[in-house]
Amino acid sequence: MFGRRMAAIVGGALIVGTAPVLVSAQEGGPVAPVPDAVRDRPIVVATKPFAESYMLGEIFAQLLEARGHAVDRRPGLGATEITFAALRRDDIDIYPEYTGTGLLAILGEEPSGSALDVFGRVSRVFGDRYGVRWLPPLGFENTYAVSVRPETADSLGLRTLSDLARVADGLVAGMSPDFIGRADGLEGLRREYGIDPREVRPLLQAVKYQALANREVDVIDGYSTDGSIARFGFVVLEDDRGFFPPYDAAALVGPALASGRPDAIAALTELSGRLDAGTVRDLNRRIEVDGEPVARVAADALATLGLVGGAARTADGSTVVGRPSFVAYLWSRRLNTLAETRRHVLLVATSLLAGFLVAVPLGLLLERRRGWAESTIRGVGVLQTIPSIALLAFMIPWLGIGVVPAVTALFLYSLFPMVRNTFTGVRDADPAAVASARALGMTERQLLRYVRLPLAAPVIMAGVRTAAVINVGTATLAAFIGAGGLGDPIVAGLALSDTRMILSGAVPAALMALAVDGGLGIVERRVAPPGLIQEAASERALP
Amino acid sequence: MAIVGESGSGKTTLLRLFNRMIDPDAGRVEVGGRDVSSMDPVHLRRALGYVQQDGGLLPHWTVLRNTALVPWLEGRSDADDRARAQLELVGLPPEQFGSRFPRELSGGQRQRAALARALAAGPDVLLLDEPFGALDALTRAEVQDAFAALRARLGITVLLVTHDLDEAFRLADRVAVMRDGRVEQEGDPEALLTRPATPYVSELLARARLA
Repeated sequence: MFGRRMAAIVGGALIVGTAPVLVSAQEGGPVAPVPDAVRDRPIVVATKPFAESYMLGEIFAQLLEARGHAVDRRPGLGATEITFAALRRDDIDIYPEYTGTGLLAILGEEPSGSALDVFGRVSRVFGDRYGVRWLPPLGFENTYAVSVRPETADSLGLRTLSDLARVADGLVAGMSPDFIGRADGLEGLRREYGIDPREVRPLLQAVKYQALANREVDVIDGYSTDGSIARFGFVVLEDDRGFFPPYDAAALVGPALASGRPDAIAALTELSGRLDAGTVRDLNRRIEVDGEPVARVAADALATLGLVGGAARTADGSTVVGRPSFVAYLWSRRLNTLAETRRHVLLVATSLLAGFLVAVPLGLLLERRRGWAESTIRGVGVLQTIPSIALLAFMIPWLGIGVVPAVTALFLYSLFPMVRNTFTGVRDADPAAVASARALGMTERQLLRYVRLPLAAPVIMAGVRTAAVINVGTATLAAFIGAGGLGDPIVAGLALSDTRMILSGAVPAALMALAVDGGLGIVERRVAPPGLIQEAASERALP
Repeated sequence: MAIVGESGSGKTTLLRLFNRMIDPDAGRVEVGGRDVSSMDPVHLRRALGYVQQDGGLLPHWTVLRNTALVPWLEGRSDADDRARAQLELVGLPPEQFGSRFPRELSGGQRQRAALARALAAGPDVLLLDEPFGALDALTRAEVQDAFAALRARLGITVLLVTHDLDEAFRLADRVAVMRDGRVEQEGDPEALLTRPATPYVSELLARARLA
């Protein structure tokens, strides 16, 4: 459940990006008529990038397929802001969400009332404001959970947080830094229950469970469906005063599907109330701890519920048993890798070409209008400093998700090195040669065509090369907004703690960056006019 | 005609007024009896040969293509032939040097090639800005001799900017001494030597003889 926390952090940074969405939502009518094309297209099921979200999304997808609907999967699409913005635009149709997240992160309201109150509130406001529909909750909530070892629970007689308050001054707590600081975290536990541990150690999610198992700490915070709770058999203390806000899991359905596909809604509603926290914790453990394929875990869950019979099927159609060697794993993914590589090349090449066609004329123009040059190049440089994830998220309100916003963002990133190198390359091209050619009667146009551009070509090419290498790397982040490419296995692997999956995207991406750098290095030398002493143009152009 | 002066005396600026690389704030500049301000700068420049201190050859063009530059700009079909003839004249046989790039030449050869380029379109006036300044003493004497022979043969007007009084006396019929943007004295070498007009000119002569 690292994902929700990450989503909260990214969400804070991106709030500017989503603000226009919310504003326009209040202005416009909530429900648009459903075009026929929407009725016929596959149902797009997305998830946020953490294991439980993948698993729930896969359960939705397999259930819909079993009921005869075509499904297009977008696992790990992005944090709350990204998935929700995509849902509102009908770029995706469904994703798993939590009522508390809807209330706090999307609506920005204070937590209040029971789980039922919160569900009622988000159902009403989301429907009125966005035309988005919350289906009845799945039956479990994933909220904060305070856990202890079973021996501790037995010996001290702990069952609830009220029980913990009695003995907390003799215990060492290991908690996430943000939980320690939050009003609805440790502060609130102190205030509401009087829980005041002897010592509080800040611990990251990844090491917290192991620390509890090793008896280095006695009590930890976490999320109630974390697979590790099931793995270690820890005891979750009951929130007997209802302090933590409710985070009921449910399917969140976009406007087009909600109003146009009652059969699909009916199929999804079969899941309502069927998944309890223990079951989900166990399913999460199989994915997070045992490394089982998401598709198989989801299929087992549906079979156990009696909703879908038949054999499990993995997402790529292969059956993976045990842990094959890394090479065998890469081989088994070769078709996926090939498709991802092709998409990656498409993203980089398209954005680079568009960038080149804009940057080179712009660089030449600035060389003629020196007064504008510094401010313009600085402005283009500022684009470079916008964090990639933020820039990608800014695109969503205008361009939606997928290839178009990704290429647009990559295009913007590619401008700076190419504009700068074109400008400096042409400006600094052999001043003596330019001066004497002018004194002998070359026009400015002839100077540019026959002298300055040929002499600047290696420098311009070095800018193209820099932009290309940057884009190969940045394009891996395009996976966050559903544009595909080699970022897909990286994002999914990060969410599932699957190192092999991360490497199956990262290694080809690194190789591609090296190949692009090498290839364009050759081009750079070839465009260098004859008669010049070879020097590192890339270094010459740097300010 | 040589224009002599120290750095910053305004001699290069004066030279650049002739081909309209600079336009004067006041006064007029005439070439062949015509006010240059009434002429198109590009055509004017093509009619005036020009050589600067470091030659200014285009580094990515061969010597032949460099030499043919002005006739080629003028769209003349005999550009290459003229270039070959000029290279021959300055002592760079085109079959040996024509296909080389500037960096494959010595400093003296580069200045000869720049001279050939300036002469290829058959200009009436040649503007030289310290053309021998960057050469070592031996090479400089050699290129100066080649230039003197060439000028005698072509009989064209040359404006030579230099800081070297010896060079001015060796190559020029008339010498103008400049200081702080003004001409101190102008006349033939003999007149300057025997009747220096100002203390500055005397001092310059004294220094030149000491050196």
